[in-house]
Amino acid sequence: MLGYLRRNVSLSIGILLLSLLALFIAIGSLTVDTDLARPLSVRALQPPSWDNLFGTDRQGRDLLAAMVAGTPLTLKIGFIAGFLGVGIGTVLAFIAGYYRGLTDTVIRGIADIGLTVPGLLVLIIIAVSVRGGLTVNEMALVVASLAWLNPTRTIRAQVLTLRERGYVEVARLNGMSGPEIILREMMPNLLPYLAATLVNAVSAAILASVGLEVLGLGPLESPTLGMTLYWINFNAAILNGWWWWWVAPTVIILIVFLGLFFLTVGLDEIANPRLRQAA
Amino acid sequence: MQLAYIARRFAVFLLIVWLAATLNFFLPKLSGQDPVRAKLLQSAQLGGYVHAGLEDMVKEYDKRFGLDKPLWQQYLTYLRDTSRLDFNYSIANYPRTVREMVAEAVPWTVGLLGITTLLSFAIGTLLGALLAWPGAPRWMRWLMPPLWALHAIPFFLLGLILTYLLAFQIPLLPIFGGYTAGAIPSLSIGFVWDVVSHALLPALSIVLVATGGWALGMRGMMVTTMGEDYVTFAEAKGLSSSTIFLRYCLRNAILPQTTALALALGQILSGAVLVEVIFGYPGIGALLFQAIRENDYFLIQGIVFTVIVALGLATLILDVMYPWLDPRISYRRA
Repeated sequence: MLGYLRRNVSLSIGILLLSLLALFIAIGSLTVDTDLARPLSVRALQPPSWDNLFGTDRQGRDLLAAMVAGTPLTLKIGFIAGFLGVGIGTVLAFIAGYYRGLTDTVIRGIADIGLTVPGLLVLIIIAVSVRGGLTVNEMALVVASLAWLNPTRTIRAQVLTLRERGYVEVARLNGMSGPEIILREMMPNLLPYLAATLVNAVSAAILASVGLEVLGLGPLESPTLGMTLYWINFNAAILNGWWWWWVAPTVIILIVFLGLFFLTVGLDEIANPRLRQAA
Repeated sequence: MQLAYIARRFAVFLLIVWLAATLNFFLPKLSGQDPVRAKLLQSAQLGGYVHAGLEDMVKEYDKRFGLDKPLWQQYLTYLRDTSRLDFNYSIANYPRTVREMVAEAVPWTVGLLGITTLLSFAIGTLLGALLAWPGAPRWMRWLMPPLWALHAIPFFLLGLILTYLLAFQIPLLPIFGGYTAGAIPSLSIGFVWDVVSHALLPALSIVLVATGGWALGMRGMMVTTMGEDYVTFAEAKGLSSSTIFLRYCLRNAILPQTTALALALGQILSGAVLVEVIFGYPGIGALLFQAIRENDYFLIQGIVFTVIVALGLATLILDVMYPWLDPRISYRRA
């Protein structure tokens, strides 16, 4: 295992970065009072000190507490939307790719058309329509509404090549039913690929949710990372020289995206051994 | 055959336009919200004045915007108006029309996005090709890790960091707006430089991130292409290495990149919208941000529709051009 991690550098970097983040959240939630992430709980706009390690923002929130409380929320949105997207995408991809026919044409058509449309803008229309203050969970569902497009498309392509393989042919000749072949023969072979797709989908979902939040369409009361960025932009924190306000969320978001990215690359390498030569 | 392909592709484009319009029309209705009432109520509360006459006002506005008719009639009217690019008045900036406001913002976004996309595509493709090429200088290998890392960062986050470094720490570049407030638009060198310098930071944050993506994709394609038999054959024939690089490898590896470009346009635009918000760049993104803040439904719908149509058109053009780039692809159905 360790030997493999040494060879697959991307995977190790990804795991390392995300473990650091998990450690931060774990230690933070044990030692930091997350009530301080609410407005007006500390003196506003204090640079980092021993009392407030990450400083405080203009609304009087302790930024360390906001990060400890907000990072899991942002990740939660990403995971819910990512899992839903890949789940729905996998089902659709198997239906389309294995059974072909008219359903395939329809599903592929929708996915292809849907992908050329700028996702964020459609999400904006949806978010604006269901406004009245989105909660974190609703936010995840909104993001999930488009999160299945990409998985459907890419997994379907994989299913298409898999169904022509010899062992699938043999299973079919043995009289296995369609669902059985999909679950017992094809799924296990797709697992590494599905894992890479999932990580990718989670990352895309976080990006979409942060995007909506920066535009002011997020859960205004929650201290998610995107909402913190919204307030930073809203108060022009950079130009006012309140550097500590934006450094913490920026670094955490960087770690999230870099970690997920390297994890995807590493998983891709497992799923597709041919990439190893290229690296 | 060519005509049939173009016609089919055009039909898909029309389908996208129709879907966008329909989505735009029905989604807000589904939520059961009443934008006009909400807006009036908001203004009334701001003025510290509520109730009396509000219902009549809502009725009057509903009539003015045609919201008192049955739904199917509203839908048909909406489709007719939309096909004429008439998106009604802006609710928050009455009596300005949505079309007027969108038309003002579009050139900024098209300029910023057009230039950055072309630049990052060109630089990234060339860089990616060189990264896979054994004859490239050794120092280029060191470019890979930073390119990978940059590629994973959202545009606007890099924008934030660049703002701090290049506008706050070392005040090199202006960071807000499209040109200095109060400057009079003219074709003088001074004003052109003003516009360019305002565009530099947003452009830089897009180009730096996007270049990494194109370079990575191109590098992967180059590795595959270089393993092809015809490349080995070209080497055996003793062709010069620059000919092999340009005419054999690059020429073939660039094809999937163009397909990727058509697919990526939507994502690039989504990212650019946020960059505009961060930099207050007066394009579509900033206008959208303003519309969301002001609860301006018609403006939001107008912007989203315009952008979807514009992008659909761009993908259409790229798709129609593709067989011309790759003669192996005939227009026939596979």
